[in-house]
Amino acid sequence: MRAAFVETLCTLAAQDTRVWLVTGDLGFSALEPFIEQFPGRFLNAGVAEQNMMGMAAGLAMSGKIVFVYSIANFPTMRCLEQIRNDVALHNANVKIIAAGVVFTYGTQGYTHHAIEDMAVVGAFANMTVVSPGDPIETRSLIESAFKTDGPVYVRMGRAGEPVVHKGPIDLPFGKSILLRGGTDITLIATGTMLSDTVAAADQLFDEHNISARLISMPTLKPLDRDAIFNAAQETGAIVTVEEHMISCGLGVCVADALMEGGIYTVLVKHGATPDMLGKVGTQQYMRSQMGTIADTALRAITAKQNKV
Amino acid sequence: MKQVSDQEFARNLRVRALRMVHKAKASHIGSCLSIGEIVAVLFNGFLRLDSKQPNWPERDRFILSKGHAAAIYYAALSERGFFPASWIERYCENAAKLAGHVTMGVPGVEFSAGALGHGLPVSLGMAKAAKHDGASHRVVVLMSDGECDEGSVWEGALLAAQYELDNLTVIVDYNKIQSFGRVSDVADLHPFAQKWEAFRWGVQEVDGNDCQAVKAALSEAPFTPGKPSVIIAHTIKGKGVSFMEDNILWHYKSPNDVELANALAELEVN
Repeated sequence: MRAAFVETLCTLAAQDTRVWLVTGDLGFSALEPFIEQFPGRFLNAGVAEQNMMGMAAGLAMSGKIVFVYSIANFPTMRCLEQIRNDVALHNANVKIIAAGVVFTYGTQGYTHHAIEDMAVVGAFANMTVVSPGDPIETRSLIESAFKTDGPVYVRMGRAGEPVVHKGPIDLPFGKSILLRGGTDITLIATGTMLSDTVAAADQLFDEHNISARLISMPTLKPLDRDAIFNAAQETGAIVTVEEHMISCGLGVCVADALMEGGIYTVLVKHGATPDMLGKVGTQQYMRSQMGTIADTALRAITAKQNKV
Repeated sequence: MKQVSDQEFARNLRVRALRMVHKAKASHIGSCLSIGEIVAVLFNGFLRLDSKQPNWPERDRFILSKGHAAAIYYAALSERGFFPASWIERYCENAAKLAGHVTMGVPGVEFSAGALGHGLPVSLGMAKAAKHDGASHRVVVLMSDGECDEGSVWEGALLAAQYELDNLTVIVDYNKIQSFGRVSDVADLHPFAQKWEAFRWGVQEVDGNDCQAVKAALSEAPFTPGKPSVIIAHTIKGKGVSFMEDNILWHYKSPNDVELANALAELEVN
């Protein structure tokens, strides 16, 4: 995903001299293509995220389209007030790129586990929140971020996420992608969990003869409500899949939309929980601590069958 | 526009700020009065601005980073014709255009401030963009001394020198009182000038309540080519009203009717 980001950004920067890249002293052996091609539009703010984000806002207020890059929680939590006041309030044209979110840095410990970021950043007005599911979604979403005037938060992995989509896609903000049809249940995945969710859908069909609809929902804000409503009405059960705390992520946004729409359905959230705090391990190990997606889906199917 | 002296303009702004905080029962009059001369010099011709085109690309950028001193800043913008005087009358009222801290959406306001330590990083971005674009406008930031407790100030100070932003000028209102006491008792900034020098800034210390001294320092910036400039403006909190001077109480208290009358009398308002 990270390579797809840098490659896309270089293409955009070649087209438009307003494109700048700012980093918080991270991105070694990743950002170099941009730095070599556009040295005058690259800034390393050092290990100082508050100043980095404020400076990005100042550049944006001077007509620049500013992509701010860092890893995990550093471009969000450490400079949250700058995002809120300098970027979001002023609707500044700043794109925050957090690489290696979720459990990419699983072995590095809790400081590097970005699992509350979507809720925190998504709380701010004017802020779009996206979470690409593979390198192809990354390309499209970075292009959409470039075309959209205003702040965007992009959370992405950097663990060599597999390509899921078969070819280039055009993915405007607020739109989801139907990856496969299904009638028994809908799996809605966001971000880095996409490929695992594809595997879970296969497993549900092969082992349990369950027909699972599969939706990739990279935009958390704004949400593709129509796709959610259709899934609820046509399959009667939804599982949301995210590498984020389930108390405040995709699942909660989906539930909120359904309640506002007056639609009752079974909804089970698959993701990180507070008992994972302090745990350490590879991304796959950390994901295993969330349980399996297939098991979560089977719980949802049971609940659907027991529904009166 | 009728030309007035900087001193007369400062007196006028103080009167307006006093009336505003009195009517609104608002705080921070001491923080407004300390910067009377600085704001007066900036808005009496020093800054290159056009009230008819608040977003004129070639304008100088000014950020009041100590956003709690909004009243005197709004008074200056109003006097310079950025918005109608009627807005001033409704300062801090329900649905008013003007909030207690500097907030965007007001013509002439570049940046919303109220949380301290934001102005310098944002101005750094503006100054960097101006350098990159070959633009000639200045970027001026007015901060408080207590604000310099914020780590983001020093993050910005470090990087502004790294980028050699000599189009950036910081003014620190060094009135030596912060929210809960004297700066020297809370988190002493001394030796203040040496701190900025160590961060590779050009530094001048002036009497911040002397219009001529403030104007001279602003005109001399950049003090050293290739370095950002800081003017450490030694001021008196509550300056101009004897019973408000150097008194922490007026960081919080709003003058009652009698206190307003006494203050205006000292400022020789008929």
